[in-house]
Amino acid sequence: MAEPGKIRSALAHCAIDGVVAKSGLDASISEQAFVGKVVLRGNPSDSEFLATVRGALELDLPLAPNTSSETPPVSALWLGPDEWMLICAPGSEAAVVDSLNAALAEGHSTVVDVSDAYTVLRLSGPASRTILAKGCALDLHPRAFAFGDVARTMIAKADVILHQTADETDDGGPVFDVYVARSFADYLWRWFDKIIN
Amino acid sequence: MLRIPCPWCGERDVGEFHCGGEAHIARPSGADTIDDDAWAEYLFMRQNPKGSHHERWSHAHGCRRWFHVVRDTDSDQVLAVYLMNEAPPDLPGRSS
Amino acid sequence: MKRQRFRLPSGGRIDRGDARAFSFNGRRYYGFSGDTLASALLANGVHFVGRSFKYHRPRGVLGSGAEEPNALVQLGAGARTDPNMRATTTELFDGLRAASQNCWPTLRFDIGGINDRLSGLLPAGFYYKTFMQPARLWKLYEKFIRRAAGLGRAPTERDPDRYDQQYAHCDVLVVGAGPAGLAAALAAGRTGARVFVVDEQAEFGGTMLAESGRHIRIRDTSPDAWREDTIAALEDMSDVTVLPRTTAFGYYTHNFIGMLERLTDHLPRAEAGNQARQRLWKLRAKEVVLATGSIERPLVFAENDRPGILLAGAAREFVNRYAVAPGTRAVVFTNNDSAYAAALDMAAAGVAVEAVIDLRTEVEGDLPRLAREAGIPVLQGYAVVATSGRHRVTGVTVMRLNDAGDGVSGTARKLRCDCVAVSGGWNPAVHLFSQSRGKLNFQSEMNIFVPGESVQAARSAGACNGSFSLAECLKEGADAGLAAARVAGFEGADAATLAAIEPADGPQRSLWRVPSERKDARMFVDFQNDVTTKDLDLAVREGYRSIEHVKRYTTTGMGTDQGKTGNVNALAIVAGSLGAEIPAVGVTTFRAPYTPVTFGAIAGRHVGGLFDPVRGTPMHEWHVQCGAKFEDVGQWKRAWYYPREGETMRQAVDREVRAARESVGILDYSTLGKIDIRGPDAAAFLNRVYTNAWTKLGVGRCRYGLMLRDDGMVMDDGVTLRLGENHFLMTTTTGNAASVLSWLEEWLQTEWPELQVYCTSVTEQYATISICGPNARALLGAVAPEMRLGGDVFPHMSMQEGMVAGVAARVLRVSFTGEIGFEINVPARHGRAVWDALIEAGAPHGITSYGTEAMHVLRAEKGFVIAGQESDGTVTPIDLGMDWIVNWTKGDFIGRRSLNRSDTAREDRKQLVGLFTADPQTVLDEGSQIVERVSEAPPMDMIGHVTSSYYSPNLGRSIALAMIRSGRGRLGETLYAPMPDGPIEVTVTSPVFFDPEGTRLNG
Ligand SMILES: [Zn+2]
Repeated sequence: MAEPGKIRSALAHCAIDGVVAKSGLDASISEQAFVGKVVLRGNPSDSEFLATVRGALELDLPLAPNTSSETPPVSALWLGPDEWMLICAPGSEAAVVDSLNAALAEGHSTVVDVSDAYTVLRLSGPASRTILAKGCALDLHPRAFAFGDVARTMIAKADVILHQTADETDDGGPVFDVYVARSFADYLWRWFDKIIN
Repeated sequence: MLRIPCPWCGERDVGEFHCGGEAHIARPSGADTIDDDAWAEYLFMRQNPKGSHHERWSHAHGCRRWFHVVRDTDSDQVLAVYLMNEAPPDLPGRSS
Repeated sequence: MKRQRFRLPSGGRIDRGDARAFSFNGRRYYGFSGDTLASALLANGVHFVGRSFKYHRPRGVLGSGAEEPNALVQLGAGARTDPNMRATTTELFDGLRAASQNCWPTLRFDIGGINDRLSGLLPAGFYYKTFMQPARLWKLYEKFIRRAAGLGRAPTERDPDRYDQQYAHCDVLVVGAGPAGLAAALAAGRTGARVFVVDEQAEFGGTMLAESGRHIRIRDTSPDAWREDTIAALEDMSDVTVLPRTTAFGYYTHNFIGMLERLTDHLPRAEAGNQARQRLWKLRAKEVVLATGSIERPLVFAENDRPGILLAGAAREFVNRYAVAPGTRAVVFTNNDSAYAAALDMAAAGVAVEAVIDLRTEVEGDLPRLAREAGIPVLQGYAVVATSGRHRVTGVTVMRLNDAGDGVSGTARKLRCDCVAVSGGWNPAVHLFSQSRGKLNFQSEMNIFVPGESVQAARSAGACNGSFSLAECLKEGADAGLAAARVAGFEGADAATLAAIEPADGPQRSLWRVPSERKDARMFVDFQNDVTTKDLDLAVREGYRSIEHVKRYTTTGMGTDQGKTGNVNALAIVAGSLGAEIPAVGVTTFRAPYTPVTFGAIAGRHVGGLFDPVRGTPMHEWHVQCGAKFEDVGQWKRAWYYPREGETMRQAVDREVRAARESVGILDYSTLGKIDIRGPDAAAFLNRVYTNAWTKLGVGRCRYGLMLRDDGMVMDDGVTLRLGENHFLMTTTTGNAASVLSWLEEWLQTEWPELQVYCTSVTEQYATISICGPNARALLGAVAPEMRLGGDVFPHMSMQEGMVAGVAARVLRVSFTGEIGFEINVPARHGRAVWDALIEAGAPHGITSYGTEAMHVLRAEKGFVIAGQESDGTVTPIDLGMDWIVNWTKGDFIGRRSLNRSDTAREDRKQLVGLFTADPQTVLDEGSQIVERVSEAPPMDMIGHVTSSYYSPNLGRSIALAMIRSGRGRLGETLYAPMPDGPIEVTVTSPVFFDPEGTRLNG
């Protein structure tokens, strides 16, 4: 029998956690394994849908493109005009899925657990923006990309969801959570590793 | 390298997008009854103009939405952007 | 300190306390920090540095910057060697090693120099005309031409250096940090805009660095003081990025600028350490200010290419910036005032200036006046008609010009000299503006091309805009910088105009070819490619009219320097021959890059293991540990086969294939595309994207589906599972996972927005483990004791959810091998643990992991097609013999109408068949062409090709699938696969080779 405890994150084979840059770029990187991730799709102009989600999660879905909202312990990232990713604590994704599925039984929407489909690389420190800009064509100047901002974009050759979770002014900031498909995580980790080490 | 304005995400590099070719090509309904030539016209024939061109684009590596772009194929200037369910805007002085 | 004979005793921007040793062609020399290789060579009296491309003529340093056509050297050695490096832009470092190119065995004694004697036999177009026919000899010619063609050698080893890349965005990019660029950057920076200011040189200042400072002032101070103040101010601004040693080489669409920053090229190896060698900047600028300056053009006169003949501005820069005397006795030859500054500066540095030869009859500017006052002889209305000297110029011959400027007369005077400083005027450096697709206007007063209307958000300022005076440069720069920042959304007050005091220039006289009394004298236009006026004349005589054609025929402007010094002269000479105005002849296109860019910088970090993403499954490490050989399927690494000690591939695959049929095999199938499809119209949607019907599929049941494009061609296939009334889970082939999702989204968003369906990729959410074989059910039972696996409750093409090895799993009973098979899906984090549990539980059955090769054999034995292998975008389901999956009654679906097009309904289309080789041990090559009749040699009528071919251990013979014209009507026919070793005889068979009744599936 498989031991239920023997779960493996996407980057379990890499010694990644808390890696601090050696290249003079002041930043560190870690994997945030098993964070709960749920894709929610529904009609943003349907006030009933929005109210139902609010009722289930006490959370207002962000409607402005490339933004996020948060009601701890759940936050929501805007992925598209009718698509969000709900982020929650490891292990709580099933509860989020169940409560949404129950609440949204009527009407047209979808709730999909994708916690294992992605992992999160957390990049933090003053040089984070520079490091990201070596592979990401987005304008990452603080004027253009700030706390709470979200972008679905590319870093090098990997599709990512970029989420800024702390500011320059925060301790150890800024912080960026980079969501990447599980099988691209190794590539993206090695990409960052080459830059910072 | 082009910048394409996604109606939702704003301007992004062209590498995030997929160009779906000429827009406003109606898929014939009642396909069984139309002749081969008309079906071939729908399948294969495209304008390929030099100048203003109505195109479908998808923000493939971003929000994954499809939308319309009017682009000058010579200068690469983006002349208009509009949603899938919208009619093409009037662009004075330009023929499509 | 080793003596540098031509180093001036004082002055210059070099650091005399920091001596640097270097070698050139094996000889050791010394220079100083601040030198370029060119200035250091000249300081040591080395003018002869290379040989020309075609005639192997001795050549010296012509310029002092990026425009240099002659002084190209091979730098370094081994893996780090770089060819075609301009000595004029190569910063000197301790230990630098350089060698001349294009000469053998030595620079001074060069066998290729014979070409110079034979020059009459090597006119323009010689290679084109000589080596055209017969075509079959091209391979021989090519070898000869490649050896004759010169320039440097590419390194043969792997590049050991690292290259960085960086995206950037700014409000205002200023290209060039001469007076105009510095003024622009300062004005833009003061508004608070994000500014990038870049310059190709190590030091900012542009032409100011070449100034003696004696004749000009900016705001009551020296130009250098203003320069330093401005740079300091820019460096203090937090949103201004100052990038020296950075060349903006390409101006692309939508204000995208490619820039190359040289990080360690100026450092000795030991100091470079582990830093990246270069950085490619990919910059998006809201507004661009081009302040790229100008490039001096040479005069085209007889024998104008000898070492020691250089541009006047370069001579000046060597004297003032590098404290190097370009010679001991100089002659200046000019058509404009600017060269007088060179005469004055050389004279001030102690060089004997024999004379200024001026093509003009009237010379009135401030600088000529100063030159006369300094006692420098000026010969007005004179021309240089010949030069002498083999490896270095030794003298010039001058004669009086006639009024028209097309002939000379009077006595020929000889002047001894070892240096000739030449100026034919200045060309604005419009390269980037032109790359931005801006049109150029011809300004006839100075015979220059200047930027016309901008096409992109760019503006030009200073010399690159045709405004050459310092006052104009400062004013235009400041205005452009402020205007650009304002357009980008920033506020700033107009700055006061900077007062500048400088000499006033008189008009110039353009003589595109300086006459000589010797009609056969060679006048070089393009120094690097050895194009002379005669070559251009020949092209015109042979009928070329377009400058673009003349360029290609004569190769003028096609060297690594892209004709920076020669193009306008060439254009004017061709215009003259054609009797046309210069603007009527047009100007050749300026292409990126402005100066060469290394491949390393373009590749950046996308090399080696980061060339492309490598995707692994949750069980990847297990495959690695078990010694799997991997196959690339798209970006995935899939286990291909698992050789045991001493096994060949064939032996391993045979073993894996047998195990799957005889006991149980296990396959990592996690790469299968998986799409969650949900909504009230989900079934209706599937009806439209698949060829078969989906409405009646029961919940918990699976169905195989085939997807066509609208032209009727097979696109993808896979099994789809119904999870609920409005909920399906579609699988796609590994390679098409992303494109099928995009395809579904495209139809939903663009064609059928009325359908209420959401699609979500869950490919990576699940690890998928496939087990198959007679013992598969027993194995599953061992790890999933609570699941009921009997054929009656868990039939083929159905699904059950339950615990597998202690993990909640979704199990599909499906088969791609013809054996009883189960596909176990668990969340990816559990994949490895469940896999391990199956391997352990399967030990009693001799469980065998099999890879993609065995999977292919197993499915081919059953005649199952693979989308993308049997089909190639030109194959319909009918071609594949899959009429059974096309439902004609359910209504429209994608591709339906196309299946009735006259072409797709043809009887003689290629159809899927099986092939047996006459010798059962012969395995055909996939891709082999099939013919009915074998001829002595191609061409033969090819009636089809082999799509899949394997050795089948279960049949004890080879099998192949093929697409053959009218194949289904050919069963039993003998055909041939012609191969280099002779044709292979094959017999057409059914594509189902094994268990055609499918009894094993339910066994
Ligand atoms: Zn978008």
